[in-house]
Amino acid sequence: MNEQLKQALIAKLTALADDELILAHRNSEWVGHGPILEEDIALANIAQDELGHAALWYGLRSALDGSDPDRLAFFREATEFHNCELVELPKGDWAFTLLRQYLFDAYETLWLSAAKDSTYQPLAEVAAKALREERFHLQHTRAWVERLGLGTEESNRRMQAALDAQWGYAQQLFVPLEGEGVLVGEGIVPDLAGIKEAWLASTTQHLQGSGLKLPLQPGYQPTSRQMHTEHLWSLLAEMQSTARWDAEAKVW
Amino acid sequence: MTPLPSADQVWQALAQLPDPEIPVVNVVEMGIVRDVRVEGGKAVVIMTPTFSGCPALHVIREGLEQAVRGLGFAEVEVRTVLFPPWSTDCIAPEARAKLERYGIAPPRPTGKMGLIELELEPVRCPRCGSLDTTVKNTFGPTLCKSIYVCNACREPFESFKTL
Repeated sequence: MNEQLKQALIAKLTALADDELILAHRNSEWVGHGPILEEDIALANIAQDELGHAALWYGLRSALDGSDPDRLAFFREATEFHNCELVELPKGDWAFTLLRQYLFDAYETLWLSAAKDSTYQPLAEVAAKALREERFHLQHTRAWVERLGLGTEESNRRMQAALDAQWGYAQQLFVPLEGEGVLVGEGIVPDLAGIKEAWLASTTQHLQGSGLKLPLQPGYQPTSRQMHTEHLWSLLAEMQSTARWDAEAKVW
Repeated sequence: MTPLPSADQVWQALAQLPDPEIPVVNVVEMGIVRDVRVEGGKAVVIMTPTFSGCPALHVIREGLEQAVRGLGFAEVEVRTVLFPPWSTDCIAPEARAKLERYGIAPPRPTGKMGLIELELEPVRCPRCGSLDTTVKNTFGPTLCKSIYVCNACREPFESFKTL
């Protein structure tokens, strides 16, 4: 693999891992605070799966550049993270959290199912592994979108508010990184344009079928993964506090 | 000097290692151990994770290493492979029976799985055998299990997710 390709792949793997790590952390904020015990447990499970996927992506990066996944997670500054802004937004209410997880799961499932045919075997293997777990997420979050969308006036209002707030942010999932084109050209990662088309078709149908309206004005659509909302700083302050307090802390 | 154990003996030792989350089954019959190689004085154990975020993975990895060291190998390597991805089809028939006796409905054969499967097949109650069961939560106390309730005997039970 030539140097240009390798650097592009490292950047992509970092973005994939950062999305999963930050989303997992946001979801973990519900642990002990879920509306009912079963859902608290379900969301904790989903967070744990996404954290597992983050570890797999950081692991692939590590194989390329020898980086330490724990250092990447716990000792980078906000400006060095390359997650999309959608995943760092505060957890909001239950509708906000479940809609975000649904929009992300729908994207991730499509991306992974295309990426499992990657010409880069380690990436194909991770995609095939993670895809099997995503099925359960999508099943769960799809049902929540429908339940709240078609539930009561209040639950519909909350779900609609979440959709109005997130629809623009979600579009960032389909903005390729600078240099991602060479990876697509080599068949290492799927072309995001095709993924976006499939995602729009499936989410639009499900959201509308759940009594929700797609926003006419999608609002702010972030494009650069170098930019973050102020929320990422406070998230990292909490997530990294133990490791930064005592990097050798192994028992808790 | 006593000769080092063979690969078969390593397999036998590993089959003594219980799954940390479901101790009635062992890591070999769960399909977590893929291969064992004895190369000179070194033993290599090839394992595959069940769920990628499973918190028991490092416990399993350490357990495998200790079990092999206990046989007298000075050098032990536990290697993790992801391909082909672990599936519940890797679970041996005797382990399925143990799961059921323990009160966990075993996973069903995966067959051809679609991308999104929304209709769940019926799960048999491990207590009374009824197929009249309802899923209460896809996500249970561990990543690999869902929560069901049996409408016939009214008992809640866990079911291994079909992965």
